[in-house]
Amino acid sequence: MSAAPVLPVTAAPRPPAPRRSPRGLVQPIAAVTSVVVLLGVPFWLIIATASKPHAEALDPDLSPPSHWQLLHNVSTVVEDGRMLKAFFGSLLVMVPSVAIVLVLGSMASWVLARRTSRLLAAVYAIAISGIVLPPAVVTIVLLLRQLGLAGTPVGMVGVYCGMYLSTVIFFVTGFVRTIPVELEEAARVDGASPVRVFFQIVFPLLRPVLATATILICLYIWNDVFYALFVIGGRLDTLPLNLYQVASSGLYLQNWELIFSYILVMSLPLLIVFAVAQRRIISGVTGGAVK
Amino acid sequence: MTTMLEPHRAPQEELAPSRAGARPGRRSSSDHPLWFLLPALAILAVFFIAPTVFNFVYAFTDWSSFKSEIGFVGLENFRDLASSGTLLADLRITVVYAILVAIFQNLFGLLLALLLERDTRVNRMARVAFFVPVIMSALAVGYVFQALLEPDGGLNAMLSFLLPGQVDVAWLGSTRWTIVVVALVHAWKWMGLSMLIYLAGLKTISDDVLEAARLDGASGWQLFRQVKLPLLAPAVTFNVATALLGSMNGFDVVQATTEGGPGGTTELLNIFIFRTFGQGLFAQATAMSLTLFLVVALLAFPVIAGLRRRERVL
Repeated sequence: MSAAPVLPVTAAPRPPAPRRSPRGLVQPIAAVTSVVVLLGVPFWLIIATASKPHAEALDPDLSPPSHWQLLHNVSTVVEDGRMLKAFFGSLLVMVPSVAIVLVLGSMASWVLARRTSRLLAAVYAIAISGIVLPPAVVTIVLLLRQLGLAGTPVGMVGVYCGMYLSTVIFFVTGFVRTIPVELEEAARVDGASPVRVFFQIVFPLLRPVLATATILICLYIWNDVFYALFVIGGRLDTLPLNLYQVASSGLYLQNWELIFSYILVMSLPLLIVFAVAQRRIISGVTGGAVK
Repeated sequence: MTTMLEPHRAPQEELAPSRAGARPGRRSSSDHPLWFLLPALAILAVFFIAPTVFNFVYAFTDWSSFKSEIGFVGLENFRDLASSGTLLADLRITVVYAILVAIFQNLFGLLLALLLERDTRVNRMARVAFFVPVIMSALAVGYVFQALLEPDGGLNAMLSFLLPGQVDVAWLGSTRWTIVVVALVHAWKWMGLSMLIYLAGLKTISDDVLEAARLDGASGWQLFRQVKLPLLAPAVTFNVATALLGSMNGFDVVQATTEGGPGGTTELLNIFIFRTFGQGLFAQATAMSLTLFLVVALLAFPVIAGLRRRERVL
């Protein structure tokens, strides 16, 4: 602003209308170009390559397929990549993890938000430390073996719960503090037990923050391959695990048309959910950050 | 816990009128019973804290798939990793990768946010489009870019079309520059998230402030540099912190594009951990896992403090 006197020549005499009209053309063109170059090219590569016959897909250039055989490639990969089993495997680990994390995390958050003591402050700090600290992937496998849970869905669910409870506790504790405690006190005076107060009054009020947490955690778990490789790799099919197998097994080396068909089918459920609940998801994922 | 509840419940039933007076003392104990914490803490203890504690133990043993007994070997794992140069090299690669991702992701995210700031129909659609990579699997994104960046892949085909002569750069084959390329891919996947957070930040800047600056004759660049950027500081902090810590823990994109190559120059700590674990060298993998934990913890303390302050404001 100190430089203002230098610039009036360029800024002041310009009337608002003509200033807007050239920008009104430049900006949309720039926006569309950025979408085409940054997103259009990779997405076209996926669709074109997924539709090619094997011989043409060896060099994954951007040329269109000489004849489209997307459905043929998709049906091959759905069968060879055991996609149906993988889809249900992904659901099998995701749904219980999310349910457990939301309920138990909210219960803990409620007490952590309402009571104050030095001990509970320490408990809270430890409970949310998992947001940034990386889980000990190697020793978790050892522990699961000792518990007899290695390679089982239960073990995987436990690992995901241990990882994402911290996210729920962080979000929900902050949210509970914004709920007036008087709401609970009225019910307590009427003789409701703490369990009833929590599940009938507090828990329903948490809906918006739980929606945010659900979206985040579903995204993490649905797309996770790193932790799954350690815990259930080779024992249970999930979509990312099977993609990894399809892409890295010698049989499929360079079989780009199958890899990309797999990616296309695998992304479909997420894209459908995203198309339906787009606004919710976007505000959910950014919500935690902007608040 | 029940023993804590009993003495309070009894007088409450007898002396209903004094309830209100007794509340301040009671509120902290029986209204919010501590056992509500127990299930969550039990899961955290078993699946998060115990493995972390094990990390500090098994990193100093000779645990492997080749023998049944586990014995203490002191610092031998770290000495081996240090003397082979792997420890420092992988640590350096991980930190460089994290810094590059943080820079690129924020640069792209901020540029996109500024480009798509106005609420027009085209912009709204573009914002949604840029969010699609965020919800895609990082592994899938990695494979897409592996194909795109191959010597015979899409990028070279495009460049050959635009430029004179045949372009056949091995984008993923340089021992010096490939780390930059994979960081760009990682940033591409997450730039839509940064963009949205910057857009949310831009929305909080009041029109009055911008109008005042415009009336003072500020140019577009001055408006950005001296008004918008300082007011975006919280968004920058959040984006940089999450990008840094998230990519320290990176694996998927790099595994899918280079698997740590060429010549180990993109071998992140997690890639090393996965590879040595697969070879049955569990103790070495644990030692590296502990290293990652300590480095992230060191970086994270200021971040946790920041998040807690933010959360208190909320």
